[in-house]
Amino acid sequence: MFLLIFKIALIVILFLISLGVAAYATYGERKVAAFMQDRIGPDRAGPFGLLQPIADGVKMFMKEEIIPNVSDKLLFILGPCIFMITALMTSAVIPWGTAMEFDGVKYGLQVADINIGILYVFGVVSLGVYGIMIGGWASNNKFALLGAVRASSQMISYELAMGMSLIAIIMMSGSLSLNDIVAQQKGLNWNIWYQPLGFIIFLICAFAECNRTPFDLPECETELVGGYHTEYSSMKLGLYLFAEYINMFVSGAIISCLYFGGYNFPGLEYLSTVLNPNLVSIISFGALFTKAIFFVFFFMWIRWTIPRFRYDQLMKLGWQILLPLSILNVLLTGGGLTLFSK
Amino acid sequence: MQLTNRSKVVSNKEMSFKEKLYIPAILSGMGVTFKHMFKKSVSLRYPEVTRQFSPVYRGMHVLKRDAEGRENCTACGLCAVSCPAEAITMDAAERKKGEEHLYREEKYAAKYEINMLRCIFCGLCEEACPKDAIYLTDRIVESNYKRNSFVFGKDVLVEKIEDRIDITKRKKSYKID
Repeated sequence: MFLLIFKIALIVILFLISLGVAAYATYGERKVAAFMQDRIGPDRAGPFGLLQPIADGVKMFMKEEIIPNVSDKLLFILGPCIFMITALMTSAVIPWGTAMEFDGVKYGLQVADINIGILYVFGVVSLGVYGIMIGGWASNNKFALLGAVRASSQMISYELAMGMSLIAIIMMSGSLSLNDIVAQQKGLNWNIWYQPLGFIIFLICAFAECNRTPFDLPECETELVGGYHTEYSSMKLGLYLFAEYINMFVSGAIISCLYFGGYNFPGLEYLSTVLNPNLVSIISFGALFTKAIFFVFFFMWIRWTIPRFRYDQLMKLGWQILLPLSILNVLLTGGGLTLFSK
Repeated sequence: MQLTNRSKVVSNKEMSFKEKLYIPAILSGMGVTFKHMFKKSVSLRYPEVTRQFSPVYRGMHVLKRDAEGRENCTACGLCAVSCPAEAITMDAAERKKGEEHLYREEKYAAKYEINMLRCIFCGLCEEACPKDAIYLTDRIVESNYKRNSFVFGKDVLVEKIEDRIDITKRKKSYKID
């Protein structure tokens, strides 16, 4: 019974954290952009503009809700819902910290410790493309459709290389469970030291999966008005934009879990011997959170540094470079494992 | 003929392996953007801080009074004629007895209006004025929601007796007496 309450509380907290991070990521994005361009950025709402996300949210809610006459109304509403739900669902299998302890019983800081965790993540992320595809299709607008087609083919192409680079990780850990993968990277024994090539491939693919610059072709303003969300207005547009930031945060957390030791940091073991396990759990959550936030910053950093790819370049990079490289990485990992297996 | 030494010869040479990797170039680009994060911002928080204007800044007009507080303008209409945007209109009137302390000469402007939406702030009215009556100042025409409120009459344009507006810098900038 207590387990149920614990899990529900965890779900609610993670939900709120995801939304909060997404809200403040929009603010962060504008601030980072401003700083990188020698500007100030939003600073009117509250001190340092900290209330800006609230103002933006209110603005989104107050805007007129337009559903085009020629659109497929059911699908038009379903699109952003699916995108948002899948974005929120991904975080379910991430181990956010070491186990908490109440009355001598341990409760993992993870909503669902399923033994195929990383496969689940891939499944749900693949569903996310339906949100974009359905939204773009239902809009009955050429720009939206073009954006949706671009998004779906881009996400499918890059999922291949992403999956291949992940296979190398699974070969090393011998488990699909994110919990096991993280638990094996104690201290500074992170996967990034063994899988630098795999990490770079995974990172590039994560950018493509999140539709972020340099791969933001589905919504490139200069070519397609707004891409797949051209026809969307009010909070439905807000959901699309919001879900993008949640995706960024979650993919940051997953990259940290796979390559940067998740909640592990040097000294965690020592701390767990001297401190209350619940406190250690919160500290380890802080470590993972910091890493994830760093990656969110990294996404923004890249966005304000690199221009957009052309579509043929994007496809060439995905199929002709990243996919062979990731297969090579699998081979190298296999060779390494047979040579130096423990 | 070569005008500058900044031109670069275009070459279609094959990219080297390092260039093909793109990653070194991306990293150096990221270095550039990261350095900019710590540079001083060039923006000003406008209503609280205003950028310093040059001494010859051409902003909102003022209709000057002389040392005794009498209006200089004689409604000759030269400013209106010289105005390329046709922003200035005026009605002339004759000075009555007992009004000598208000207007310097026998004729004055009963109505003087500048449409600030038409005005291009070129300063030709100021150059045309033979009576030193109109000057552009470093004040800004404030924004508004209604178009009508941009037609400025004498109530706004004529300087207050107790609150004179200094135009010496502007005067110096082009008039050599």
